[in-house]
Amino acid sequence: MSLAVLLAGVSFGYRPGQRVLEDVNLRLGEGEFVAVAGPNGGGKTTLMRILLGLERPTAGTALLFGEPAHRYSGGRPLGYLAQRSVVGGDAPTTVREVVAAGRVMPRRIVGRRTPDDGQLVADAIERVGLAAVADAPLRTLSGGMQQRAFIAKALAARPALLVLDEPTTGVDAESQESLAELLADLHGELGVTIVYVSHEFGAVEHHVQRIVLVRRTIVFDGAPHDLPGMWHDPGHVHVRE
Amino acid sequence: MFESEFMRLALAAGAIVGVLAPAVGFFLVQRRQSLVGDGIGHVAFAGVAAGILLDVSPILTALVAAVLGGVAIELLRSRGGAAGDQALAIVFYTGIALGVVLVAEAGALNVDLFQYLFGSILTITRSDLVLIAVLGAVGVAMIVLLYRAFAAVIIDEEGARVAGLPIGALNVALAALAAVTIALSMRVVGILLVAALMVLPVSAAGRVAWSMRSTLVLSTGIGLACAIAGLTVSYYADLPPGGTIVLTAAGVYLVALGMSAVRGR
Repeated sequence: MSLAVLLAGVSFGYRPGQRVLEDVNLRLGEGEFVAVAGPNGGGKTTLMRILLGLERPTAGTALLFGEPAHRYSGGRPLGYLAQRSVVGGDAPTTVREVVAAGRVMPRRIVGRRTPDDGQLVADAIERVGLAAVADAPLRTLSGGMQQRAFIAKALAARPALLVLDEPTTGVDAESQESLAELLADLHGELGVTIVYVSHEFGAVEHHVQRIVLVRRTIVFDGAPHDLPGMWHDPGHVHVRE
Repeated sequence: MFESEFMRLALAAGAIVGVLAPAVGFFLVQRRQSLVGDGIGHVAFAGVAAGILLDVSPILTALVAAVLGGVAIELLRSRGGAAGDQALAIVFYTGIALGVVLVAEAGALNVDLFQYLFGSILTITRSDLVLIAVLGAVGVAMIVLLYRAFAAVIIDEEGARVAGLPIGALNVALAALAAVTIALSMRVVGILLVAALMVLPVSAAGRVAWSMRSTLVLSTGIGLACAIAGLTVSYYADLPPGGTIVLTAAGVYLVALGMSAVRGR
């Protein structure tokens, strides 16, 4: 299996002497569905930012599809859902406009939308179940529906890797359940590599193939059924001495 | 009013500025940088003063100064560690201080300078109009070509960064575009008011539009209508054109505000 992500001996601090992450080693193969969990402040968001190339490791190597993550060329599209995704600007942006933003790629910055773009945008909206409100301003929709619009935006890029940061924050239980099912479908049907970062596993625990627990370093990496009972609440994760 | 050559030139220039200023301002407003136009305008003032002092076209020197100022604001904001409004304040005050010193040095505190500060329909020449038309066409072409990328950054900047879009280059392009717009708008509405034409039509359009694209299109429509209506009123009522255009736009904003209140938005 070729690798989507490789972190080797990665350490990171936001200031000298600080160790948010220490000696992290992680290999994510293409097509895997992985949950990255851990307590708040444990470094999981930093780990996600490093693997996406938004931060550079202080020590060690971070590769994204074989390229240094911070200089990634964008050859294989990436999808990213930020925590509490909200649309920027004050204009009444529609679902379709948000999703269409996912079709703007590094090699296609200049120019207008193609018919292919239109079709991929419509397909992505359909897939997340927002076809009926495709032309409604996003701000008129519920939090769960807005989140789905941003997932559709990520999908419209036809991502090889989809990363979701705390996607359950501020979303009701029903929406969390349907999000987990949607991700499982995407993984099953399209084979998208998915990294689900959260302080809790929530509904995805039954769908992921692998769980990675982070508390400054990786303290567990394996299948959900191998996870020791007390660690099902990641707040209890402790660094192995 | 169409019999007078100066008025035909002013209306043509006003129409170009009326479309371009809100079109560029749309992106600044969405990025919550509504006052950037004002900051760049004050640097353009230093450029005008330099033009008068050096006896070269003040529009050209203002254009150079405005582009440098716009890019400086963006670089200070993104790389210099200065928060958005601090970067703006640094460039804003440096620009106006430089302008004051250069104006005093040129002994140009006179009517010429006031034409640039407040706009003057009487002073637009054929060659000014050609320059405004060429720069206006370049500006509109840039917006058409880069609309999707600018929109992607507005909608989700972090997502655009992850996707690999060159955010820094796009921000610099937008700052340069704003600078060009200000330099070519100053003869019509004046340096002190040019930023208003970049913001008020956009704010008005945002109250009644139904999508991002319709906000942009409506903004340019409102800007065009305000420029033509304002110039017409200023011609017949003998009022300053810049102030009249901007007051018209403020009136349209109030109407749009009323409409959105009635619709319960």
